[in-house]
Amino acid sequence: MKSLIAVLTGALFGAGLVISGMTDTAKVIGFLDVTGAWDPTLMFVMMGALAITAICTPWIIKWQRPLLAEVFSLPLRTEIDARLVGGSALFGIGWGLWGYCPGPALTALTYGASSTVVFCVAMLAGMGLSDLLDRRRDG
Amino acid sequence: MDFPTLPLIGGALIGTSAMLLLAGLGRVAGITGICWAAVSGPDRGWRFLFLAGLLAGGVVATELLSVPVPEIPEGPLPVAIAAGLLVGFGTRRGGGCTSGHGVCGIGRQSRRSIVATGVFMAFGVISVFVFHQVLGVMS
Repeated sequence: MKSLIAVLTGALFGAGLVISGMTDTAKVIGFLDVTGAWDPTLMFVMMGALAITAICTPWIIKWQRPLLAEVFSLPLRTEIDARLVGGSALFGIGWGLWGYCPGPALTALTYGASSTVVFCVAMLAGMGLSDLLDRRRDG
Repeated sequence: MDFPTLPLIGGALIGTSAMLLLAGLGRVAGITGICWAAVSGPDRGWRFLFLAGLLAGGVVATELLSVPVPEIPEGPLPVAIAAGLLVGFGTRRGGGCTSGHGVCGIGRQSRRSIVATGVFMAFGVISVFVFHQVLGVMS
């Protein structure tokens, strides 16, 4: 049952990304091109998603436990630090540069372009680099 | 601009996916976290299945609903590599991307997520202005 939920939610997410236009880098760059030919369409993706999460999340996390797990695994940190802001800034730069954020990049692998494979490998390397940096600092 | 039916529906699917994952497994549908932990652990199983579903859902939506395959970005590969590194490193530092912070975190009214989303949107806009308007890196 857990496996079914994981596959199903993944599939809904992937379908949503494709249908909404988030895997279309020209649209993404058009959405971020506020100073040029701004295309606000993708704003409605966020609105469509938030309309559901903003209403359901507060209700669901009041349950004693999720339906198929012992506990809710939610982020506990609350501090606004340089790591959060700096990381998000670097992510924004990369997002605007090529037009993929992580979900659409992975989903777009199915379009079969080699440049998307290159992007995704670099993305995983970037994630690994961050972990490596943390391990060096800690150890 | 036409009425944004597809972005709204796609966004709603993404939001629904996130809520089913939260209600079922008590997990946040953040692609960065899911993607990296699917590679490095712990708890790879459900994450791997979610990602498999993500790709499958994208294919099903493209085929069944005849969503046109978007144009693949045609920039130079070093740009794809730089962008991928920035996206991977940045999302890992910042603790999330458009899904984890933008859709799930804001839905939970997390201050960190609201700040992160504002920052990566702003830097996305700056990045598009600098790289596409001023420098024209894709041509």
